[in-house]
Amino acid sequence: MLGLSKKDTKFLFIVIALTAATPILLQPFPEGSAMSQFNAGYPDLMQRFAIFGIFAIGFNILFGLTGYLSFGHAAFLGVGSYSAVWMFKLLSMNVLPGIILAIIVSGLFALVIGYVSLRRSGIYFSILTLAFAQMSFNLAYSVLTPITNGETGLQVTLNDPRILGQQVAANGNVPPTNFFGLEMGSSLKIPVGGWEFTFNAGYYFCAVIAILAFYLSLRIFRSPFGLMLRAIKTNQTRLNYTGLNSRPYTLAAFVISGMYAGLAGGLLASMDPLAGAERMQWTASGEVVLMTILGGVGTMMGPILGAGFIKYFENIFSKINENVLHQWFSFLPDGLEGFVIWVAEHFVGSGWHLTSGVLFMMVVIFLPGGLVEGGQRIGKKLKRKKSDGDGDDAEHHPKQSPHVAE
Amino acid sequence: MSNSNLTRRGVLKSGAVAGAGVALPTIFTASSAAAYTNEPMGGSVTLGFNVPQTGPYADEGADELRAYQLAVEHLNGEGDGGMMNTFSSKALKGNGILGKKVEFVTGDTQTKSDAARASAKSMIEKDGAVMITGGSSSGVAIAVQGLCQEAGVIFMAGLTHSNDTTGKDKKANGFRHFFNAYMSGAALAPVLAARYGTDRKAYHLTADYTWGWTQEESIVASTEALGWETVNTVKTPLAATDFSSYITPVLQTDADVLVLNHYGGNMVNSLTNAVQFGLREKQVNGRDFEIVVPLFSRLMARGAGENIKGILGSTNWHWSLTDEGTQAFVKSFGTKYGFPPSQAAHTTYCQTLLYADACERAGTFNPCGVGEALEGFEFDGLGNGKTTYRAEDHQCFKDVLVVRGKENPTSEFDLLEVVEVTPAAQVTYDPDHPMFTGGALGECNAG
Repeated sequence: MLGLSKKDTKFLFIVIALTAATPILLQPFPEGSAMSQFNAGYPDLMQRFAIFGIFAIGFNILFGLTGYLSFGHAAFLGVGSYSAVWMFKLLSMNVLPGIILAIIVSGLFALVIGYVSLRRSGIYFSILTLAFAQMSFNLAYSVLTPITNGETGLQVTLNDPRILGQQVAANGNVPPTNFFGLEMGSSLKIPVGGWEFTFNAGYYFCAVIAILAFYLSLRIFRSPFGLMLRAIKTNQTRLNYTGLNSRPYTLAAFVISGMYAGLAGGLLASMDPLAGAERMQWTASGEVVLMTILGGVGTMMGPILGAGFIKYFENIFSKINENVLHQWFSFLPDGLEGFVIWVAEHFVGSGWHLTSGVLFMMVVIFLPGGLVEGGQRIGKKLKRKKSDGDGDDAEHHPKQSPHVAE
Repeated sequence: MSNSNLTRRGVLKSGAVAGAGVALPTIFTASSAAAYTNEPMGGSVTLGFNVPQTGPYADEGADELRAYQLAVEHLNGEGDGGMMNTFSSKALKGNGILGKKVEFVTGDTQTKSDAARASAKSMIEKDGAVMITGGSSSGVAIAVQGLCQEAGVIFMAGLTHSNDTTGKDKKANGFRHFFNAYMSGAALAPVLAARYGTDRKAYHLTADYTWGWTQEESIVASTEALGWETVNTVKTPLAATDFSSYITPVLQTDADVLVLNHYGGNMVNSLTNAVQFGLREKQVNGRDFEIVVPLFSRLMARGAGENIKGILGSTNWHWSLTDEGTQAFVKSFGTKYGFPPSQAAHTTYCQTLLYADACERAGTFNPCGVGEALEGFEFDGLGNGKTTYRAEDHQCFKDVLVVRGKENPTSEFDLLEVVEVTPAAQVTYDPDHPMFTGGALGECNAG
């Protein structure tokens, strides 16, 4: 169905089901309980999961398939955000024109940067993209302030023309972003027992687009084009010897992945109409590399998992402060409590980077294939227990490269 | 490999799935039943403290957080009550706000607009905060203020000194107790002219964001009005940590005053660089070269150490003031933490108290009611003398202190001395002053 094999169709449906149930899955602890700190089912974070999932899927098309490690993908995200916010300022608060422009502009931008950067490969390519991204960051931060509003970030104001839409909403404020009248901020809260589930329109909008993006990337992975990209990763020199010019393929992959990043940027601005220059900083570019590696390079599901993982840490662990720790460890004797809190303090709150850094190291050392490999290992262990000795000994096989795996 | 077999069944199936996907969002159009965003239902009310815990303003953020915790204690009737006892409005009773116990959540703004908004959003959406307060960078404060306006909660700005916060980017749901760049300029310029003469040539280094821009504009305007000349103005990135390359060009000009429009860690680094390059011993046109830091704080003075001595600047408040409110606040802050509070701590403490008091007087947490109670509110006893929350732009008007780095500090906290207290009348401006136009408050939004 949908031009996919049976296995992939099943896979796609699992992803759709998971995405649709996210507001419930991410809210496992009842409101008011001590563990509710770890609930992540609120609109902003769910939207981020979907959006950064798209960003990582797109990045994976370039890095996972061709092996070209771009260290400047945040530039496309930023360009997408700025284009979308400008559309909100000039045209209307409908998110559609903003997102479309975001994809187009970032695609063009990627074409220019890709054309130059792809003349080199390996580390030189990475450095070139990093340089371009940092250049765009500095342009947005200080040189192009009339367009980007510098450090303050580009915001929508009451004075913007918005020629196609409302300039000022009925309540005297800037109208909210919407999709033909459906407000991105509106949500339906359903209390069930001690739980409260928030079904947010903006999240489902992002989720539908994320699923489309996922489907498209699945098609690319399974297409002859995807096979060509994988050939480039395996041995580009040999490919060139066969008389094939590989540059158009890498450039196409680069532009597609740039457009994915632009789409993510446009969505980010649609959920919260602000575009800040920090989005283009090299740390943001590094983040998507981490997401992809953490989840599993070249796998379909890995980058999405990685994106969710990092965003979860960034938003949940950074909110745990000393007070919360006191509540948790109040059962310990005084001296011990002080010590435990002193230790724990460094891993939560502003120290969340430390926690995610440690986790990242563990994953890279013990699960080189990322979280997906972890899942596969567990799956295999379970399978082997069921049908003992089916001959497929994972330990003795060279690790199958996770290209086509899910 | 792709296998696109177009069958009738396949098309129907795909169509049904796609249709379901498109129809999905349309069922979520209902809005919540509460009268306004995050109406507190139980026995407690949650406030969101959004401060920088990392980045160039982390020191200020840490001190703000201490003050917030102190304010929450006092509101809940714990501790000695601090400035609640000296506050001219007696609506607060020490039983929380409107009888509800005050709880709080904290977040890290990372001194980045994006991160700050994400953090504030999670406070509003996840933790049910009915008021967000914080800042320490005007860029962040403006971004979060915009978010609070959209979300329908009150924003009580913390340390934000840009004119734009209550000027071009003012919002009906946002309120600022702290003074602004225009006030610094108006208070500082006469003192500068009196001490350094009226024919100086100034060179500006400016943090490249809204606060830096408006402070530079304000200082340039007020010093030029007194006869100074501006040689050059150079923007430096907020994330910069080494300013040597910006200081060297100063030596090549005939400027005899360096104005550092920097704050926090930025200012500590740029001042240290300037002193390392020997600017303070320098003579230009037979006169001593001078350095001015228009916005000063004790935390910065501590970071800069020796280099700060004799340097003029302005500040919102200083712990060495002798009025009743200041003394009460310094006492309870000192008892809890062992050192005196900074101006950042003071303004955030005041903002929390002012918000709580406005809720009590309005009898509701509804942002529109609270906003009305704050507009035009006149009060005293919070350490700054008589103060007014102007209704036109939600800016507080009060006296401004001109301070100088102390030559012989008696302790590591006694680093600044007050040179002059500029009366509120001298720093008051018209709501439609050209430096503050270009925006509108809009209507209050209750979500």
